[in-house]
Amino acid sequence: MEKTSSTSQAVGVCYHCGDSVRGDRVDHDGKVFCCSGCKVVYDILNRNDLCQYYAIDKTPGNQPAPVETMRFDYLNDEGVQKKLLNFMDGRTASVTLSLPSIHCSSCIWLLEHLYRLDAGVTSSRVDFLKKTISVSYDMRVTSLRAVVMLLSSLGYEPDLRLDSMERREVSDVTRSLYYKIGIAGFCFGNSMLFSFPEYLGVDASEQLLREVFSYLNLLLGIPVATYCSLEYYRSAWGGLRKRVINIDLPIAIGIVLLFGRSAAEILTGSGAGFIDSLCGLLFFLLLGRVFQSKTYDRMNFERSYTSYFPIAVTTKRGGVETTVPLSALSRGQRIVVRSNEIVPADAMLLQGNAFIDYSFVTGEAAPVPKVLGEMIYAGGRQTGGAIELEVMKEVSQSYLTQLWNDFRGGRKGEGNLSELSNTVSKYFTAAVLTLAAAVGLYWLPTDVATALNAFTGILIVACPCALAISIPFTLGTALRIFGRNGFYVKNTGVIERMAKIGTVVFDKTGTLTYPQGSSVSFHGGNLSEREMHAVRSVARNSIHPLSAVIAAGLTSEALRVDGFVEETGRGVAGTAGGLSVRIGSAEFAGSVAGAERIPNESRVYCSVDGELRGFFAVRHGYRAETASVVERLRHRYRFGILSGDTAAERPYLESLFPAGTEMRFAQLPQDKRNAVGSMQAEGRRVLMVGDGLNDAGALLHSDVGIAVSEDVAQFSPSSDAILAGAAFGRLPDLLAFARTSIRVVIASFVFAFLYNTVGLYFAVQGELSPVMAAILMPASSITIVIIATAATRIAARRKGLL
Amino acid sequence: MSVILIMIVGSFIVAAGFLAAFLWSVRSGQYEDKYTPSVRILLDDAPTNNGPSHQSSN
Repeated sequence: MEKTSSTSQAVGVCYHCGDSVRGDRVDHDGKVFCCSGCKVVYDILNRNDLCQYYAIDKTPGNQPAPVETMRFDYLNDEGVQKKLLNFMDGRTASVTLSLPSIHCSSCIWLLEHLYRLDAGVTSSRVDFLKKTISVSYDMRVTSLRAVVMLLSSLGYEPDLRLDSMERREVSDVTRSLYYKIGIAGFCFGNSMLFSFPEYLGVDASEQLLREVFSYLNLLLGIPVATYCSLEYYRSAWGGLRKRVINIDLPIAIGIVLLFGRSAAEILTGSGAGFIDSLCGLLFFLLLGRVFQSKTYDRMNFERSYTSYFPIAVTTKRGGVETTVPLSALSRGQRIVVRSNEIVPADAMLLQGNAFIDYSFVTGEAAPVPKVLGEMIYAGGRQTGGAIELEVMKEVSQSYLTQLWNDFRGGRKGEGNLSELSNTVSKYFTAAVLTLAAAVGLYWLPTDVATALNAFTGILIVACPCALAISIPFTLGTALRIFGRNGFYVKNTGVIERMAKIGTVVFDKTGTLTYPQGSSVSFHGGNLSEREMHAVRSVARNSIHPLSAVIAAGLTSEALRVDGFVEETGRGVAGTAGGLSVRIGSAEFAGSVAGAERIPNESRVYCSVDGELRGFFAVRHGYRAETASVVERLRHRYRFGILSGDTAAERPYLESLFPAGTEMRFAQLPQDKRNAVGSMQAEGRRVLMVGDGLNDAGALLHSDVGIAVSEDVAQFSPSSDAILAGAAFGRLPDLLAFARTSIRVVIASFVFAFLYNTVGLYFAVQGELSPVMAAILMPASSITIVIIATAATRIAARRKGLL
Repeated sequence: MSVILIMIVGSFIVAAGFLAAFLWSVRSGQYEDKYTPSVRILLDDAPTNNGPSHQSSN
């Protein structure tokens, strides 16, 4: 095993987590660790013979956060357990937890050996892509709290959020789809086999064989026409009740007629029926459904404020702190909110220095100081030290919750129902029904049998199977190509809507800018690594946004800072690692030259031990691609900007966007929603690009809402699509590609119609033979699948998306 | 030619067996996580001893 060879590893890298080791290194067992946390994990694993963990991937560990024992006390609460556990019977229980820090195969290995660390764990299973673990444990030996504590102490802290208590299985739908495909495929293959004698022609002496085969065929047709087709009947019926002719109606008619006519032919011995065509039809249709239903495991498009809130909160009563589930929080309780925690309910500040970061709710970047007795609204993040608050309203009554519930009212059409195919199918169905009736009436006086044959034949041949699969295959392919480019679309309906967009509306903070305004560079003198570390450590103690940007560059644990002073509007100073550091304005840091003014750049000067060393240039954080995105979109789209921030950056934005761009500043979430609504009232189709909960209303109400997220697995408000921050510059390509894929759909519609016309030529004469149908139908399906996927991929390659 | 009937029955049963296998695989969740098992199969079990010295697995 790795034990001995590991010492030869580059010195200065933590054996456990791979971070570079700084001053406070821990030497233990011949290995180097960056902190005692990592050492402790190593010890636990070493003691239990689990050091193979380090052999699978190099330095696989996560730095464990210090676990305060009482933090998970609420997990002993019966009510919380009931909501979190998948299953519980008094002896065994199972739970699925989300572990965001799963990142390598060592993680899988260790987490699946949990039983070695806790005798109560009977089994643990990791789903790597979803980053979840399913643990079964013996309730008499261990508890949910113990399991969570164990995971946390290993550096895999479960992400326990309010919405994880409400999530339930959705996989049943996909499972039943797989069942249906399996059955349809089975019946398709076998019925083709059984139909062969019929197609090749059997002589009269083989009459028995022929009968047996056709009855077997009929038998195979029953599950296909019933179980496998259930979805189509349901959807067609649902459409009819709403007085809408959707694409599933002609399909349902086709299925019923195919089966009905086949049954009649077989039972009367007058023919062989079309069972093989029926099975093939369903097989391809269902395949299309699977292809279309690509889901992104780690992403959640339906997130609400609940996924942002913790499950539990610390309350204080008579000087004793206890953790209670959020649902048990009531008015008048005293709660403690620590640094970087979310204020979960509207509450009044009782104690401590509150600097509340409302960026998530309002989009405003700078934290707001609050004085004692002031009201703090739910959703704000405390950025200073710990504060104590008195709860004024219950969680469900808070301003944020109410806001959210208001927004939910106006959701746009959901699901994969395709506007395009429904429009086409409306006229198509009407035309086909008319044609069938006319032809039937034409034949009726001369020959009743031919009339019936022609009538059903037309409806069977015209069954818009090819039409119905061209959309899932084209847009399903597009969906995958989008996904490869960091653009994750909820469903194919979104692509259709994207193609029709006329106005693009941006949020500013977090969308056009980076969340932390992260483009920062150091200019001027030379800072040694140690000095830089000291500077960043000092900056970390300030809540000023510019300090935050500088501190964000910290690569390891911050140094202890003594004598920290912050002069509002000027800068911060302190001593870290024996170095006296001053960071701030030019004068504050001791520059004599004074500051140079450059638009959209802030300079933070810094001095070490009284000597000016240079400055950090903080670009105002506009994405570098913003200008090119605007440039490429301006010919086709109108723009809008809705910002929760002040109008301070209007001049810069005006230089960036073309004249006539509608800019609104200091927008509350409702204002944003209303602004989108008023654009839509003018008949414009609006694409909203936003990032925070303050955009949630606008995202929901726009025709397409895209949430920009730096880490797509992390929080993003509920939206139609999630765009990785890094892919922002590709937005024009993505929009163009959406339009192209719609053109591909239309092209494959044309092909589908051509096939239909050929089939109709035979059907109107009442001469649609089973062989003809058996060739025509699969052939049309397969060509459409090929055209749809190939054309979409070619288009993507041309645009550089593949 | 009636031998063909026996053949047909045989082939049908074989095919039905595969269908059953497929349905079982869906039911047991094999289509839900299509990635992790590919990694899991490459990982060895932990050495099982609880003895004083740690063993080398290779």
